[in-house]
Amino acid sequence: MAQDIWVLGTHMTAFGRYPDQDAVDLAAAAALGALDDGGVTISDMDLLSCGTLFQANAGMGQQVQKQIGQTGIPVYNVSNACATGATALRTVIMAIRAGEADMGLAIGVEQMGKMGLLAGGARKEKNVYEPSGRFGAVMPIDGILGTDTMPGVFAQAGMEYANDNDGVGFEQFAKVAQKNHAHSTLNPLAQYQKEFSLEEVMGSPMQSYPNTLLMCCPTGDGAAACVLVGEERFATLSREQQSRAVKLSASVLTTDPYVESGAMQPDVNTLTRNAAQIAYEQAGVGPEDLSLVELHDCFATAELIHYDNLGLCEPGGAGDFIDRGAPRRDGDTPVNVSGGLISKGHPIGATGVANVYEVATHLRGEAGDRQIEGANVGLAHVIGLGSSCGVHILEKSGIS
Amino acid sequence: MDYLVLGDEPYLQANECTNCGARFFGRRNACAHCGHREFKPVRVSDTGTLRTFSIVYRAAPTIPTPYVSAIVLTDDGTSVRSNLINIEPDPAKITLGMKVKLDTYVVGTDDDGQEAVAFGYAPV
Repeated sequence: MAQDIWVLGTHMTAFGRYPDQDAVDLAAAAALGALDDGGVTISDMDLLSCGTLFQANAGMGQQVQKQIGQTGIPVYNVSNACATGATALRTVIMAIRAGEADMGLAIGVEQMGKMGLLAGGARKEKNVYEPSGRFGAVMPIDGILGTDTMPGVFAQAGMEYANDNDGVGFEQFAKVAQKNHAHSTLNPLAQYQKEFSLEEVMGSPMQSYPNTLLMCCPTGDGAAACVLVGEERFATLSREQQSRAVKLSASVLTTDPYVESGAMQPDVNTLTRNAAQIAYEQAGVGPEDLSLVELHDCFATAELIHYDNLGLCEPGGAGDFIDRGAPRRDGDTPVNVSGGLISKGHPIGATGVANVYEVATHLRGEAGDRQIEGANVGLAHVIGLGSSCGVHILEKSGIS
Repeated sequence: MDYLVLGDEPYLQANECTNCGARFFGRRNACAHCGHREFKPVRVSDTGTLRTFSIVYRAAPTIPTPYVSAIVLTDDGTSVRSNLINIEPDPAKITLGMKVKLDTYVVGTDDDGQEAVAFGYAPV
């Protein structure tokens, strides 16, 4: 049996817009914060993994080393769509489990600025049509053969759930966003910290029905980092370090297995269900044991279907789950008490590490105004289209 | 589009795995479902039902909005992504599970007068 892994230190920058800093600055701030938090230094690290999507070929990990310490350790720069941060974590975890490292640093970072809509190419009127690309199209097909845009793709994922299950519609999706905006008012690290009424959410400009503007995550900048340590090295650490550490009781990455419709509409369900099942088995816990969940609410439609995919509600019962307030911070299973991607923000590479930061901070009892009292087990979930799904389950240390 | 076969009665053509029957638009080296390496071209049913949709208002600047993006499940069990056409982009007018049929239309004309033909699904 591979050795247990602990989150020894963790840190995130506030998410938002940093016109005066670059991604290296943000990543370095998160990295140093995580090292300080764990009471260790860069010299204690056996490897470094750095995740970023839009600067994937920039050697970001090595640039961070130049900022915080060039110790010659191996660096793995990773990129895996919106699951990039979870992949950076997994890279360090696998190295520790394989016995190649005792302790490592995982960083996720992104600087997006105001990128606006992701995916969905502009159409250029060509003077002469020539078939090109894998499908022999004479012009970009976005907007002709359906949509490539993220709000639209995830809208369709939500509407497919509405097709298959009763009691799910525009209002249920809007309630998800209303909840997450409300949650974000307690999180000083969130990009937006403003509450909106359900009417305001439903009445904000429609992007892709049923996702209105307030039901879509923003682009933004930010970074997060975790120091991870295997149990052998963990045993040599001080009592103080051990008591603040959080046990990583499951770490899973899956991709989308074949389904008939997958090439037309990305299947974000099966890989999440598979990852959740493996994670619950690894951790020996079930969804009913979770004190809080940070899941991938890139759009309100996405959060709703993941209630079901992660087993938080009865099969087919995601509409009822949000209607009765179960995922609110005072409900049965608080979901996205950070404000979620919708309001905390979604600097893509940082997200999968920041979710683990959030859960760990609650398990330590250090989440301030947004603390979920008595939190002892939590789950962090991310999805990257393409697709990849990362699920991590964390547990309070139990060492005092 | 290579998989839109034009003529008196335009239709969509998929590559079907000769082992498991999984269908793909565009080329595959091996079947994503079973790994088999032989495919045969098959005509996809023109009729189907609306599996899911979104009404897209926000898109790149040159793309006309709003439009209705849809996933249609054809009567022979193949998923197709396309626009829903000949229908108002109004959630009250669009019903999940509604019957639709393949249709084609001219989406543009180049400087040589050559027309580009696209397909969509229209309510029956």
